[in-house]
Amino acid sequence: MSTLTESPLDPGRAVYRSTILAGDPWIHVVRKGQTFRIVDLEGNQAADTLFFSAADPVDRYSAHDTIMEQGGIYLTTGTKLMSTRGHVLLTITADTCGRHDTLGGACACESNMVRYAIEKRFMHACRDSFLRGARQMGLGKRDLAHNINFFMNVPVTPDGGLTFEDGISAAGRYVEMCAEMDVIALISNCPQLNNPCNGYKPTPVEVLIWD
Amino acid sequence: MSVIDPSLIRFEEIVPPGANWSHVLKRGTTLRLTDPEGGANVAALMYNFELLPERLNLPDTLKCQHTARLTKGHCLYTDMGRILVSIVDDSSGWHDPLGGWSTAAIVARKYGERNYQTARNDWYRNAHDNFVTELGKYGMDERDLAMNVNFFSKVTVDETGRLSFDARHAKAGAFVDLRSEMNTLVVLNTCIHPLDPSPVYAPKPVQLTVYTSPPPGPDDFCRNFRPENQRGFILTERYFL
Repeated sequence: MSTLTESPLDPGRAVYRSTILAGDPWIHVVRKGQTFRIVDLEGNQAADTLFFSAADPVDRYSAHDTIMEQGGIYLTTGTKLMSTRGHVLLTITADTCGRHDTLGGACACESNMVRYAIEKRFMHACRDSFLRGARQMGLGKRDLAHNINFFMNVPVTPDGGLTFEDGISAAGRYVEMCAEMDVIALISNCPQLNNPCNGYKPTPVEVLIWD
Repeated sequence: MSVIDPSLIRFEEIVPPGANWSHVLKRGTTLRLTDPEGGANVAALMYNFELLPERLNLPDTLKCQHTARLTKGHCLYTDMGRILVSIVDDSSGWHDPLGGWSTAAIVARKYGERNYQTARNDWYRNAHDNFVTELGKYGMDERDLAMNVNFFSKVTVDETGRLSFDARHAKAGAFVDLRSEMNTLVVLNTCIHPLDPSPVYAPKPVQLTVYTSPPPGPDDFCRNFRPENQRGFILTERYFL
């Protein structure tokens, strides 16, 4: 487990604050030099997140380039979030959760059918939110690569197993990152009702931005 | 089945080190990858040829089978809950879905640069640029990239999340059989794994064998490997109805 790092920033001085309800998308540009925080308001929520270069969204968050850059699969303070063209999109500067997932991806109606039951097709899922959010900035399915799951705990075991564990997050925990270029942030606040990782109870998250 | 009935073989090919290859692997055929020398790495992406935005989704593949390695019994899923290929046989026991592709920067940092003008077809190549080039032949571009599988490579993760590359894993003669469950565009290259510790630039060739194979029956090993795969096969078979 990594060391937890708190932020000195005062939420009262944030230039932007918004609450994202479970099941909703959110898309917003974070400017170079701004600090971006996501708060797990009630605990054990998953904030499925994608980043794109605002100048050229083809250059986007890349899970495996990020993993390679730091030689490890979990994200925490100090992690550089890398793009497919090898640029640093953002750097994580504070983290009171300690570990965030790079491998679990987003839930989708179609993958829910495989994972849980064919009848789950009609339940709301992150991929639908991603598509709704992405469209607001002219992006679409081909732009949706593998996302970060902030606050989610997906350990890989030494013998190659992959499990979804109880969240290690709790109410009020947050992760904060500094934008190294102008980026588009796209969040699906996960509506999953079939997975114990959020206690079967999806809850709101808050986003804040400081200049 | 380690020996393929010669009457079933449709074609064979050797992909030299650092090179590109692509093929629409038809439903009803299987692709065998063989590592002839040991130390091979085959970086591969896959797409539904009839609907190219439907592509290999490794997060979905890993989480639905609760695995961070790929071997016999596992299926490779698209983002639409369908199965591109299933791994019907495998002598190596571990193929890497985590390490991603080598880039020009990684290759240059480790080995320097060697261009085509001076080295002809022994120039230094990397998996990212190879993928983008090969995808371009199908009208696709960087937007169509997704995380790739590295066949024959083994990367383990310790309790703190750190990665280790097992340099002794890829043995001469190792093979893996990928049975196509859709008409699957397979795009692969023989570039080095990004974690390959070799002090010299030495990608390896791979042998490809495409052969006719029967459709998976009710007692198929991959279908019954996990309940999730039973549902994955239902969705894949519905696509063809």
